[in-house]
Parts: sequence; structure tokens; C-alpha cells
Amino acid sequence: MKTDWKPLMQRVSSEMIKSIVVSLWFVFLTFPLMVMKIRPLDQTIEWRWMNLVYVGVGAFFLSFVWRYLMARKERGSEKDEGDSWQKRIGMKIRSDKRISVSGLIGVGIFVLIFPFLFSSYQTSIMITALMYVMLGLGLNIVVGLAGLLDLGYVAFYAVGAYFYALMNHHFGIGFWAALPFAGGLAAVFGILLGFPVLRLKGDYLAIVTLGFGEIIRLILENWNELSYGPSGIAGISRPGFFGFEFTLQQHTVYLFYIMVALVALTTIVVSRLRNSRIGRAWIALREDEVACQAMGIDKTRTKLTAFALGATWAGFVGCIFAAKTTFINPASFTFMESAMILSIVVLGGMGSIVGVMVGALVLILLPEYLRAFSEYRMLAFGASMVIIMVFRPQGIISGIRQRYEFRKQPQQEVSP
Amino acid sequence: MTAPQPVLDVRGLIMDFGGLRALDNINIQVNSGEIVALIGPNGAGKTTFFNCITGLYEPTMGDMIIHTPGKAPVRLNRLKPNVVTENGLARTFQNIRLFQKMTVLENVMVARHCRTKSGIAGAIFRGRKTRREEQEMVEHSYRLLEKVGLDSYVNELAQELPYGAQRRLEIARALATEPILLLLDEPAAGMNPKETHELDQLITRIKEEEGVSILLIEHDMKLVMSISDRIYVLDYGQMIAQGTPREVSENRNVIKAYLGEAFDA
Amino acid sequence: MDYFLELFFGGLTRGSIYALIALGYTMVYGIIQLINFAHGEIYMIGAFTALVVASALSLLGMNGLSLLMLSGVIAMIYSAAYGFTMEKIAYKPLRDAQRLSPLISAIGMSIFLQNYVLLAQTSDFVSFPALIEEFPFMESVTIMRSSELVIVVTTAVATTLLTLFIKFTRMGKAMRAVAQDKTMAMLLGVNVNRVISATFIIGSALAAVGGVLISSHIGQINFYIGFIAGIKAFTAAVLGGIGSIPGAVIGGLVLGWTESFATGYVSSDYEDVFAFGLLVFILIFRPAGILGKTTSEKV
Repeated sequence: MKTDWKPLMQRVSSEMIKSIVVSLWFVFLTFPLMVMKIRPLDQTIEWRWMNLVYVGVGAFFLSFVWRYLMARKERGSEKDEGDSWQKRIGMKIRSDKRISVSGLIGVGIFVLIFPFLFSSYQTSIMITALMYVMLGLGLNIVVGLAGLLDLGYVAFYAVGAYFYALMNHHFGIGFWAALPFAGGLAAVFGILLGFPVLRLKGDYLAIVTLGFGEIIRLILENWNELSYGPSGIAGISRPGFFGFEFTLQQHTVYLFYIMVALVALTTIVVSRLRNSRIGRAWIALREDEVACQAMGIDKTRTKLTAFALGATWAGFVGCIFAAKTTFINPASFTFMESAMILSIVVLGGMGSIVGVMVGALVLILLPEYLRAFSEYRMLAFGASMVIIMVFRPQGIISGIRQRYEFRKQPQQEVSP
Repeated sequence: MTAPQPVLDVRGLIMDFGGLRALDNINIQVNSGEIVALIGPNGAGKTTFFNCITGLYEPTMGDMIIHTPGKAPVRLNRLKPNVVTENGLARTFQNIRLFQKMTVLENVMVARHCRTKSGIAGAIFRGRKTRREEQEMVEHSYRLLEKVGLDSYVNELAQELPYGAQRRLEIARALATEPILLLLDEPAAGMNPKETHELDQLITRIKEEEGVSILLIEHDMKLVMSISDRIYVLDYGQMIAQGTPREVSENRNVIKAYLGEAFDA
Repeated sequence: MDYFLELFFGGLTRGSIYALIALGYTMVYGIIQLINFAHGEIYMIGAFTALVVASALSLLGMNGLSLLMLSGVIAMIYSAAYGFTMEKIAYKPLRDAQRLSPLISAIGMSIFLQNYVLLAQTSDFVSFPALIEEFPFMESVTIMRSSELVIVVTTAVATTLLTLFIKFTRMGKAMRAVAQDKTMAMLLGVNVNRVISATFIIGSALAAVGGVLISSHIGQINFYIGFIAGIKAFTAAVLGGIGSIPGAVIGGLVLGWTESFATGYVSSDYEDVFAFGLLVFILIFRPAGILGKTTSEKV
């Protein structure tokens, strides 16, 4: 038997040509910005020819990967078995109590001894990561469950942070007293901002929420009498513990445990909400607004609860943020912050709690530990949002719906 | 025998889209316990009529009243779609509109929303009342799925169901809102003769067991003729005929509307 | 009175730039119902390309009108190329996806391009050469600068050309057909992919024109200018009625004047708040815009 190599060779050479074309195209595309660079001082040009090579080689290989993934995606949509292994593992974990319980205990123990295993610096980074887990879970209610693309989420975060900062600054109110009200105030803002935008669909809603977010930031920047403008508010108190005096290090450990508790609480609340009457209404709204209303669900109310609840978590985290850094200014509440939280939700998996946790930990911890990589953090965020949408819109971990078991009634007729 | 008790009473309904009159002075009554069909060629305004009475469109003129036994009649004009549903009108959609990423059971449970009450606090603390309500919701939904023959699919995602099953799921979902009048928009579209036959039996069974009246839009004449008590015929937004299946099938206007002028012999 | 006229022409200039960018938004939205969130970045890339190219060319001794024209044209070519590539990578694979997917992809693209320029060039403001020279006959005029005149005239010419293109050329007709009914156009033999590509190319090139002109007028740029300008231009597009070309121009001018007079007479601290406020206001009370028509979803 003789193998016919000709079609294979043709295929290989045509793929090569495709990749070479793509590579040349990107070399052309990136030439002025990647190769040439202005030296601002003497207005001369710096030529970086090596970048040309990097782009060329990079594009050549990436185009293979791209086409391979594209082909796989198309095959996948026909057979629709793309994530069966993941589904099976998910089912296994869910159905087998031993795995899930022992896994949970393992994670729990690791988390509890974390501050003793790692340095204060690393604990502090972990606190930040946990804050983003909470923000992600909050935004997940709005975007993942209710399907409302909120690009101004950071506004509620700012409301919480400024509420605590100002209360502390003016009246000396402590963290624990401020925390619930920070969430409550953010919820009120959520309703106030949510109300007028309810009639808007998908993309318009996104832009209006973005506009709201920017307006709040600009107000904070310019209303000096209220917010002390760009210079911000300093000397905010850290969380107290029955009047104990903590060292800075102890404070970090204390805050870490607070965060762990709050994340646990958030997880319980969000997972209960997700499989409740309200949660199902949110998902139905996301899936089909018209059918949802026709099934007797009040669109306005359902959207507002999603907005308000999402905002509440942002308010909580804002309060914690102010207490952690002891200094806030409007620069912490830019659109990029909203975009980062959104990419956590998108990357992790819209609607999935575990997904959002993984997303937050990956996106916050990876750049922290790969220092060389941290410059490219936002670049990678942007790219991953595009790639995830194109190849895996459900995110790293897709949400699994609750299963119900029924026993068939024995007296049922066989068939009509 | 008592006089027929109207469930839905629509009088003088007019719907204009810009300069186009999609429905012109439509009068339709559905009586308690009846299966009424609304037929007509494509573009006759049948779905528009459904959209008007379910609150998706706001009609230009006319009255739409629903009579729930033991309650005061409710005027449906200007009510939001969800309020219409609360008042006992539930529908299915011509181009299936299920909640694709939810399970079959959840699709039905969503429709129990307006008949249940637990709120955010209930969901978070999951007290006894919430749990009981949730249990009731699951059981009620499961019973409806059994009724339409989907009980073996409860945990599948709606998008994974075969076509005919999706149509039946839409019916179960609509029933879960506890309607007194069920509106079916082309329930047999895309079904094979065997499935259509089963649907025929299903609709009759639902009418009897659930005590609902049914108004359906359908193109499958065999189905319409076999299950309807009365038929209304629409053409270009006008009501051109009404009556029993026999009366309608012998009506010259109807034949003309369906077959065109050429057959007018 | 002079102050008023100054603000008037200032607003006209701003408005023209918004209009040039808004045209890209409106065309893309008209054809594929996508808010091309990264469109502002295309404008920014146009400005940066022009900066680099103009600097290189002026080192070679080029100046005056030829420098402006050549760097402008190269900027247009590059912006168009970026727009074209962006569509192929981030939007084309998502044509049949869920409604939020393309928008999230667009936001990702926007973040990516911003940081690409930040890393490849600089995060600081860099000064942009005044490519538009002062005209001798404008010397006695105090209320308007030469560059403002050039911007307004260029916008008028570009919009007219675009309108004629869409009205009379084959591609223009195909664009209108696709905007009305994509499936139908496809059945009638219109190459929808090519039409969409052409839309991105034209919109991006127009954004580059805006980028080069305004940067030369203001005299400095950074990687972030596209974000704010993009949102404002989007506001302009929505204001005029998204999908409508004259709407984009009217929306741009209204927004330009609003900003100019509000900052001139009320307070300059809240410059951007006026624009965002207007956007929110319009979307809530008249989402169809000034020239747009309201459409209802088919059930």
C-alpha cells in the first residue's frame, strides 16, 4: 500500500502560506508603532528592528494556533461535546459527597493557615485577590445571572469606599459600624441608577452605566468640598477588634480572616440566590426578556433587585478597600477597574461561582507573582476577553444548574 | 344548560403600525371550557392579536376583558405583560422562546414565579416557609412535565431537547402560571403527523384536566378541525368568518382567502 | 460677542471631530448592530501613526502641506488596516453569538489596543507637531484659528463624499442593503463579509482623519485619548440617531457646542460630565436620537 503524500504536502504548504501572509500582514500593521518610537526630548526616532522579528515570528505561529482553535470550535459546534470531560468531572464532584467535602475541608485548612505559611506581603496580596473575588461575585449577579452588562460597577465600589472614608474622617465612625451601611448606600445608588436605565437593552445599558461610572468619578475628582478632590482622603482607620491595638502585621492577618469570612458569606448568599425564585427570574430575564415577562415576571423589579444586590457587594468591598489602604482617591475608581472586574467574570465564567473565584485568583495573583509579566497585565486582560468570547464564551468554568431527583410514580400508565 | 360563560371578551380591537392597520375591528370571544382556533393566511394578524392581548403591543383601540370565575372582570388594556399573565392569560410562542440555558424543570419553575412569594431574604436565609414553597414549586412543575410527557428530561437543558419536546415544554411552562385561558401560537409547527396527533390529544386532555380554555393559532387544518369548538378566520387584519369547523370550512370567503381568486369557481 | 464666537467656533471644531469619529460608530452599528467599543482606539492609533510618520518624514526634511498630507494618508491607511483586522479577529467569529459576546469582545479589544500603544510607545503625553500651518489670510482673525478652519472644512468635505459614496456607488448601495436586511442582501448576491470589511475600513479611515487633525490642533496626545473621544463620539452618534449619517454629524455638532458653551459659561471642571450627562439623558429619554426612528422588537 502506497501512501499518497501529495494532498498532505499541498495542505501543509497552503497552511504555511496562510501563516506567512498573516505574519507579513502583522509586520506591516505593527511597523510604525512597534518599530519606530519617538524620543520626546530631541524628537528623533528610535528604531527597534528586533520587534519586527518578534512580531513576525509570533504572528506566524499564533496564526496556526488560531486556525486550529477555529477549526476545533466549528467541529465542536457540530458535535457539541466540547466540554463533556469537564461536565463529567463537575458531576462527579457534585454527586460524590466524599470528594466535595474533603476538598472543601482541604481548601478551608489551607486558607486558615495561609497567613502563617506566607509572608505579610503575600497575605496582603491575597487580601486584594479575595476582594476581587467578592467584587467578581457581586458583578456576576448583574452580568452573569441577570445578563445586564454593567460597565460602571466601580461607581458602587467608590460609593462604599468614600462612605466609610468620609464617615471615619468626619465622625470617627469605625469599620464595623460603617460596613453594613456602605453596602446599603451602594444598594440605594444601584436602585437610583438602575431605575432610569431599565428600559435600555444590552449595549445601550452598557454605555449608560459606563457614563454613570465616569460621572461619579469626575464628581469625586472635582467636588473638593465633599471628596477632597484628586488628593483624596488619608488616615482612614483600619478595622478594629474590640479595642485591641494591632501591629501592622497583625492587622493584615486580621483583615485576611475578615476577607475569608466575607468571601465565604458571599459565596453562600450568591449560591443560594442563584437557585432561588429570584435567581431563576434573573436567569430567565437574561435568556429571553419577552418570554420572561410573558411568564409573569416583573421585569422592572427583577432588574432592580439584580442591580441593587450587585451594588451592595461593591459597597462592602469599597468599605474594605478604604480600610485596607487607609487612603483613597478617585484614581482608584477608573473605568479600567470596572473592566478588570468584568474580565474576571468573563474569564472565569459568567454565572459560575467557582469560575469567578478562579478568574479573580488567576487575574490578580498571576501578575503579582510574575513581576515581569505585570506590565502586560492589562494587555493580557484585553486579549483574554476577546479570546474567551471567540473560543469559549462560557468562560473557564461554565455554570452548572441544580439537578433534581424524582422517583417515578409506579401507578403511571405506560403509554397512551 | 346555562348560557356560555365568556372567559375572554375582545371587542373592536384595532392595531395600527404607523399607517398600516394590522388588525381592524376584531371581536373575539372565548367561552369557558372551549377550544377556539384563530386561523388565516400568513400575515393575517394572528400573532399580532396575541401580542395585543398579552400586553406586548398596545392596541390603538378596542377593549380586551378577561373574566375569571369568582372575580371581577379585568380590562387588559395597558397592562404590562406580567400583569396580564397574573390575571390568567398564558401563552406560547410561534418561534419557540424557551430559557435555553436553564433546565427543563427550571423553565417550568420560572413560570411559577407569579404564583409564589419568597423574596431576597427568603432566598438567603432559606427558612421553612421558603423551603416549603420551593418544594411545592418543584412538585407542581414536575407534575406538569409528567402531563406533557417530559418527565424523563427534567435535568436536561432546554436547548438540548428535540424540537417537538420544546413545543410541549412551552405548553407546560405556560400552564405553570395557572392560566384560565391558554394561548397557543402554532403549537404544531414543525411537527410530524405522529407528533401532531399526540399534540391533539394533549390539548384536549389539558383542557379537561386543568380546566383551562384554549385559544390557538394553527396552520394544520386537520388539527384545527378536529379539536376546535369554534373557529375565527382572519385575513389582512379583517375577520372574514367565524363559526363551527363545518361552517367555516364551507365558507366561500375562507376558501377564497386560502386558495386565492383563481379558485373562485 | 467675541467670546461667544470663540466658543461657537471652538464647539464647531470639537463637534466636527466628534462627527468624524461618530460616523464610524454609526456605520458599523447600522450594518451589524454592534457598538464598536474599540473605535476610539482606532482614532488614537491614527494619531500615533501620524506622529511617528510625521516625525520621521520631517527628519528627512519634509514640511508644510506635503508633510500633513502624506502623514495623514499613511495614518488613514494604518487605521483602516487596524479596523479591518480588528473586525476579522474580534467580531467576525461572533456574528451569530449571544448579544453580549461581541460587546465584551469589543471592550477587550479596546483595552488591548490602549495597552498595546502604551507598551509600544509611551504612557506619557507626547507633543504632536503642528502639521497645520497658520494661513496668512487668517492672521487678522482672532476668533478662529487656521487649524479650526481646516478641521471644519475637512469634516464637511469628508461627510459629503461619504454621503455621495453611500448614495451612488455599488458598494454604498450594498451597504444600505445589508443595513436593511442582512439575510436578504446575502440571498441577492451581496458579499456581506466584504461590505462589513468596507464599513470598518471607511469608518476607521475617517477616525484617523479626525485623530490627525485634532492632535495637530491641540498639540499633544497619549494612549488614552481614544477612550474619552470614543465615548463622546458614541454620544454624538446616539444623539443624532445611531445608524444615521447626517445624524452623526448633527449629534457631533450639538455635543461640541454643548461642551464648548457649558465649559465656557458654566465651569470647565465638569467638561466631561456634561458629555456623559447628555449621553445618559438622551439614552433614557429619547434613545432613538434626533434623527433616528424607534423600532420595536419582533416577537
